[in-house]
Amino acid sequence: MEQLNIWFTNLLADNTIFNAQTLEYYAEGLATTVQLVFLSLVIGLVMAVPLAIARGSRRKWIKMPIFFYTYIFRGTPLLIQLYIIYYGVVFIDGIQDTWLWLILEEPFYPALIAFTLNTAAYTTEIFHGAIKATSKGEIEAARAYGMSRGLMMRRIILPSAFRRALPAYGNEVIFMLHASAIASVVTIMDLTGAARLVYARYYAPFDAFLFVAMLYLCLTFAILYLFRYLEKRMLAHLRPQS
Amino acid sequence: MKKLLTVTLLGAALVAGSAQARDYDTVRFGVDVPYEPMEYRTPEGELTGFDIELGNALCAEIGIECEWIVQGWDGIIPGLMSRKYDAIMSSMTINEERREQVLFSDPYFTPPSAWFVPADSNIDMPAKETLEGKNIGVQRGTLQDNYVSDMYGEIADVNRYATADDMVLDMEAGRLDAVFLDFPVGKSTLLDSEDGNYKVVGSMITEPKSYFGDGFGIAFRKRDEDLASKFNEALATLKENGTYDEIFNKYFSNKK
Repeated sequence: MEQLNIWFTNLLADNTIFNAQTLEYYAEGLATTVQLVFLSLVIGLVMAVPLAIARGSRRKWIKMPIFFYTYIFRGTPLLIQLYIIYYGVVFIDGIQDTWLWLILEEPFYPALIAFTLNTAAYTTEIFHGAIKATSKGEIEAARAYGMSRGLMMRRIILPSAFRRALPAYGNEVIFMLHASAIASVVTIMDLTGAARLVYARYYAPFDAFLFVAMLYLCLTFAILYLFRYLEKRMLAHLRPQS
Repeated sequence: MKKLLTVTLLGAALVAGSAQARDYDTVRFGVDVPYEPMEYRTPEGELTGFDIELGNALCAEIGIECEWIVQGWDGIIPGLMSRKYDAIMSSMTINEERREQVLFSDPYFTPPSAWFVPADSNIDMPAKETLEGKNIGVQRGTLQDNYVSDMYGEIADVNRYATADDMVLDMEAGRLDAVFLDFPVGKSTLLDSEDGNYKVVGSMITEPKSYFGDGFGIAFRKRDEDLASKFNEALATLKENGTYDEIFNKYFSNKK
């Protein structure tokens, strides 16, 4: 134990980069990243459920606008979307005088809007696919019981669709975490922003970015673990019984 | 007796030393154009700029002729070594790597940074009290970033941008209360822009050296110590008699 202690002290002896100040930058960056990703995922999820149901509607005027929305947001890079929402809106005349500016003035909210719209588009398509893949036997059985469309959606289709969508959605969450690294281009001090600051300050790209990569790895590990647990519980009925 | 010997020897050494160095009637300067506002050409094709005017004033003070020879930046130190010209006055930052090859004069200029705010801003003087809680823009990783982060990082929101253009855009959008920029860059992007309505507050900032560096020096061949010291003396004189300030204000004044 003591040896370990000595080894650790020696390791940090000529370290100038990881001092109280830079660790504070990293801690604040971690909080910002988690906040940004968590909020956009929650709002995106809430938006995606009704959108996914409506996306499967037989009526063209409901289906088409949603398809158009997901097509646009899945078809363009998130960085471009962020630029348009952050810098682009400024060129709308007189926007500074409206209540919208209260939201758009801070960099956090434009980033949140861009991330939310982006993840909602992907999640809509994930759920839509899962709903479409509901086996027709389940639907026929529900109909035979005389369930209404609403009841069938609530009791039969959605519960099984969510379960099927779980692995794909877990991927989307991880992608979102990694995509959030671009928030620093609009001056947000997220994890990547903190790393870039430390890099610029100490000209130590290797240390600054390796450290932040490890933090991202830890976050990803937590997400992976959560989804593995959820899958184990929710998809228990699909596992072969021993 | 011993003393006399020392003085004689010293005197002999001095005579020998000055015989070795060349006496210059004309000093040829190597310069890389354009680099506004330090050195560039007028629409008529004439060389002008801060370096050129200061160089000419220095020569006039010493009482020798000045000639300017245009040379690309890549070959500017080799050109000095191969006697294409006798000195370099071309916004050359003094640093250790160059010091190994050339002899620098005293620094004659440090690129100034300045605070830019919207014309109707109530920030009249950059200070801890006036900038408290404000959004300040800087370009990420620049010396301005380091300066602002250390001086005002605790009390103000420092927004760091990848490019100066992004920052100017956000200033126009109204997201920033003040930006701290290289003065020439800020002048061309903020003060001289068509619909820009901005002003400079406070004075040009070139201190402390730990942030803003040693500044620009005139480079000579290492053996031309006499020439370098003549220029150093002339520079000190020009700074004293106000000629330097006159030229400085011509190129770096707050006025639009």
